[in-house]
Amino acid sequence: MSDSTLQARPETRHVPDRLNSRAFRTLRSWESLLLAVAIAIFIVNSFASPYFLNVWNLSDATFNFTEKAMIAFAMALLIISGEIDLSVASIIALASTAMGLAVQYGAGTPELVVIGLAVGLLCGAFNAVFVTIMGLPSIVVTIGTMSLFRGISYIILGDDAFRGYPASFAWFGQGYIYWVFTVEMLFFVIIALAFGVLLHKTNFGRAVYAIGNNPTGAMFSGIRVQKVKFILFLLTGLMSGAAAVFLTSRLGSTRPSIATGMELEVVTMVVLGGVNILGGSGSIPGVVIAAFVMGLVTFGLGLLNVPGIVMSIFIGLLLIGVIALPRLWTMAANRRRG
Amino acid sequence: MVSRLIPVREAILAGAILVLLALVASRFAGFVAPANLANVFNDTAPLIILALGQMVVILTRCIDLSVAANLALTGMTVAMINVAMPGLPIPVIIAVAIALGAVMGAINGLLVWKLSIPPIVVTLGTMTIFRGTIFLISDGKWVNAHEMSAAFTGFPRAAFLGLPVLSWAAIATILVFGVMMARTPLGRSIFAVGGNPHAAVYAGIDVGRTQFLAFVISGALAGLTGYLWVARYAVAYVDIAGGFELEVVAACVIGGISIAGGIGSVGGAVLGAIFLGVVKNALPVVDISPFWQLAISGSAILIAVAFNARAGKARGRIILKSTVAPT
Repeated sequence: MSDSTLQARPETRHVPDRLNSRAFRTLRSWESLLLAVAIAIFIVNSFASPYFLNVWNLSDATFNFTEKAMIAFAMALLIISGEIDLSVASIIALASTAMGLAVQYGAGTPELVVIGLAVGLLCGAFNAVFVTIMGLPSIVVTIGTMSLFRGISYIILGDDAFRGYPASFAWFGQGYIYWVFTVEMLFFVIIALAFGVLLHKTNFGRAVYAIGNNPTGAMFSGIRVQKVKFILFLLTGLMSGAAAVFLTSRLGSTRPSIATGMELEVVTMVVLGGVNILGGSGSIPGVVIAAFVMGLVTFGLGLLNVPGIVMSIFIGLLLIGVIALPRLWTMAANRRRG
Repeated sequence: MVSRLIPVREAILAGAILVLLALVASRFAGFVAPANLANVFNDTAPLIILALGQMVVILTRCIDLSVAANLALTGMTVAMINVAMPGLPIPVIIAVAIALGAVMGAINGLLVWKLSIPPIVVTLGTMTIFRGTIFLISDGKWVNAHEMSAAFTGFPRAAFLGLPVLSWAAIATILVFGVMMARTPLGRSIFAVGGNPHAAVYAGIDVGRTQFLAFVISGALAGLTGYLWVARYAVAYVDIAGGFELEVVAACVIGGISIAGGIGSVGGAVLGAIFLGVVKNALPVVDISPFWQLAISGSAILIAVAFNARAGKARGRIILKSTVAPT
């Protein structure tokens, strides 16, 4: 009797669900559920369009998600720690504009890469200063820098475009390592592994979880909360810079409207990957599978001639549905239990 | 304490707007002519209306990023209704616009209230869903001026006591909100929910329901603005008011509405919107490319939020010292 009352209590008190072993198990199976969804989409797609099961088409399809996923890995850590960065797409615009500007002054490929990554880092540091040192909410700060960074691109470019990137620069976004395997895919795998190790195998990763679950508790256990968050914003900026390098290289030109709305897709990818939007839980393998799911959905719809804006409806529904369904499920389960 | 702080903030903002006007006037005196100022106000009217709706949402610790998409979807819908039924009287069109906007706001509100999904996620999602729906219903086509009826496009521009109806809509919204926020249980509970949700619950206020109503209000105003916008510019297409939600949030943040909820005023939101409106209209006059607008509103958000945080922090410390000192 006393046992059952003890167990019933945490639910009525709204103790975070990660303390609940049942929720832990659902979370662990989230990745397997997602994987099943990915396989199902793959099978449906291969029946829906005769062009789907073609290695070259599939290889092209990976461009749909590799750049976004690079940012999503860093964003996953940031969201797990309880913050968010909505300025990532604008960082891409600014980094790409900086690279385009450098081309006008005769910069070569290595310089362009350094400039892209450096601008990304600087933008990340800019966000980090406002959030960690001045203690401002990251949502507002990054809504502000979302306008600011892209605004600077508009000031520099207006309605113009930068072109004339060196031929060797095309390697990043258009090159192939071996057969159908693209350069972007290689970097996608490397970055996924790096972030997987960072989050799941290092003290830093444990600190990220601790901060997301209880920032005050983390501080009292000796974690330098603001320093960790600062690094996470830097990483997100750096990855946005890297995405800018790949995207610019792939498109071969820069307009200030580049990557508009990509922040939404990145956040969707992270949430779809099972990361708790309120922080504290999530995994890199989940985000990897989510990247594939989103890539397969957009590619499959594209083959069926569905316009991009209609696909964005699916992404919006996916974002809300992925969070809403488990909650509806829990509500229904609670009701059944009485 | 709060009520003493707010007028100061509003005075600073009003001062900043006056300085801005003076700077522009020093190079181009015609800018501050009453007729031009009325034009600037009219141009800012949609932003003022949306900022007031957004203010209510932010006060309850939420955020509504779907307002611009809501505006565009409502605008497209009423434009298509007008094309299909040109004889439909304007009051009916306005009622449809407000109702449709309110329904979209209610969708946001229900997801936040009943499923407790973070508002930023809900409205990011509905933002793209609403935008995509415009494409679905319009097939990507434009509704142009010659397809709309004269009464439809003429209404927001019709002059009444020297000002266009669009301006009067903004003035009416300001007055209604002034009364609502200060004199009605709903207005007070909106402040209470944002100021301290736990205390609000003990005071008998349903936090989730209040947030839901805030989203409905914001949605209804976005719907109203949707009609006014499409009628004023006499064109409807998928991308109208693209990215306008950021300007709306910017107006609120600049106006001193705390993103943490509970702090803000009608006057602040209106002044924040007018500040952005003056900047927008002044840029071409002082010969700065309109491409600066985005970066300026971004910087204004950052400066305003940093400024607000300073004010808020000082207040928090004083309360802590006086009440928790004995331990």
